[in-house]
Amino acid sequence: MCDAEDDGSGYGEDTEQPRRRRAPGDRHPRTCMKCGQGTAALVIRVGDPFCRSCFREYFVHKFRAMLGKNRVIFPGEKVLLAVSGGAASSAMIRQVQEGLSREAAKRLRFVPSLVYVEEGAVRRQSPEQREQTLAQMETLLQATGFPYHLIHLEEALELPPSILQPGLERTSTSSPAGPSYKEAVDSFIQQQRQDGDSGTSLPAHSSQDRPAGPSATPRLPDAAQTQELLRSFEAAGTATAREELLEMLRTHLIVQTARDKGYAKVMMGHSLTRVAVKLLTNLSLGRGAFLAVDTGFTDQRHGDVMVVRPMRDYTAKEIAFYNRFFSVPTVTVPPLFTKRREKPSIHQLVERFLVGLQEEFPSTISTVYRTGEKLSPEPAKASSESECCLFCLCRLDIDGEEELALRPTLIYDEPAAGVESKAAYIPLLCYSCRLTFKELGPLDTLPPYVRAEGQRRIRRAEMEQHQENQQELKGLGTAGDISPSQCGTAGTGATPQG
Amino acid sequence: SKISVVHCFYFRGGAELLFDGVKKHQVTLPSQPEPWDIRNLLKWIKENLLKERPELFMQGESVRPGILVLINEADWELMGELDYKLQDQDNVLFISTLHGG
Repeated sequence: MCDAEDDGSGYGEDTEQPRRRRAPGDRHPRTCMKCGQGTAALVIRVGDPFCRSCFREYFVHKFRAMLGKNRVIFPGEKVLLAVSGGAASSAMIRQVQEGLSREAAKRLRFVPSLVYVEEGAVRRQSPEQREQTLAQMETLLQATGFPYHLIHLEEALELPPSILQPGLERTSTSSPAGPSYKEAVDSFIQQQRQDGDSGTSLPAHSSQDRPAGPSATPRLPDAAQTQELLRSFEAAGTATAREELLEMLRTHLIVQTARDKGYAKVMMGHSLTRVAVKLLTNLSLGRGAFLAVDTGFTDQRHGDVMVVRPMRDYTAKEIAFYNRFFSVPTVTVPPLFTKRREKPSIHQLVERFLVGLQEEFPSTISTVYRTGEKLSPEPAKASSESECCLFCLCRLDIDGEEELALRPTLIYDEPAAGVESKAAYIPLLCYSCRLTFKELGPLDTLPPYVRAEGQRRIRRAEMEQHQENQQELKGLGTAGDISPSQCGTAGTGATPQG
Repeated sequence: SKISVVHCFYFRGGAELLFDGVKKHQVTLPSQPEPWDIRNLLKWIKENLLKERPELFMQGESVRPGILVLINEADWELMGELDYKLQDQDNVLFISTLHGG
């Protein structure tokens, strides 16, 4: 991280200006390095001055290059954009708009919709503030012209347990039996020529995706629901666990929306800065094996719904400047609540650390990011339901022996027989989700869908164990005959899907 | 000679409370023997505008890492950062890129 290319003026002088990494302004030509003509408006990366229009080109090109390189969004495909009102996801909307409006040959070809999760309950907003945020967001979403969905975090209380199971991958796009990306693009272009290219020829949007009319005011969930949601969050013992819980509920809501409405792809607006922070945070949380799916371009843990992160190549600075220069609307909300005198979350600490380090060592964040790019998503892939973590759907990465070592430290509550115990959930969770689970409140503060799915898996495991025991008693074959890795539909009561 | 400076704070999630919720400040800086550069402007802001938790805005004599500074809509890195000498009617904008939670 000690960059040789730096001019070195910042390093020796610890006493006066320890944080400055380059000498005063006369070292920077104020002309754009790309076109050589325009006045530079900002510095990208380490010392590259760009004028506004070259910057715009660079920014827009990066988005299309990201999608083009990865080739997972097929023409005509319905894609759900998850937006938070924040800088990165708002810039993402703009890139999609830009991309769709290009002339025919270069145009992006998918069909976008938007989803916004309103989280005012856990961000300490009053009902009036929540209404205001919703109104602002709705204005923003309506202005795009895309269909949109507004959902409240409270709706996580009504999620089906099936959200915790990976869905079956659709055959239409990504399986070997379907067309390759190139074939799909070629046939799409051909089809367009036959139809006579009619500009933005998007299929008719279902009316239920839009509100009744411009005057429809979104309603807040009722107070009882808000209270129940808050209970889960307030029961969390650490800020870290609370952040993890929020992210889990939000992701599940978004993926469920995608599933309900038939979207096979979800786009999330994680910036490069955010991805780097997430990478180190997740490393600290014990998710080293899953860094690639947690931070990579594609995340296929949900099976039928693929999450992509097309903004992961943009630094927070680039996004902030782009939004400022080109008037991208955003809506700010307060952060997730914290309790008084609570230590900061690991997420906050890592952000502070990375962003601070970046000041003196400008390649910090991109170095972390590029290291992350080299990771393979394979370790995260769970080959069957009983192998996937109840919370994060990644592979269970603990074998029996380690589990025994962890057990004594994790059991706090041992209620009477017949009552649920937290300990019974441990085998269902991967290493880092166990740590989070430990810091969440008692079982009755967990959302219903998590408990329902947890109980189902516990019961199924017990039944299988019972069958195993029976078989052993009868002396019929080894434990391998009744393999616990069979999917849960093997006659133990079919799991309702969705 | 007096310098009139407009500065705006664009912060995420609650940090505008640092400045009493006021996003845009039009300020006339008093004349003084020391030049008005960004360094001194920040000192002035800290003493006169920051209502609470200065560490959320500043670190040492500069802004906290993660806060961008635009002078007349241009990156302050192009203008000399803390050493930039303020001109009359200059616009200084602070944008926070931090998540804060």
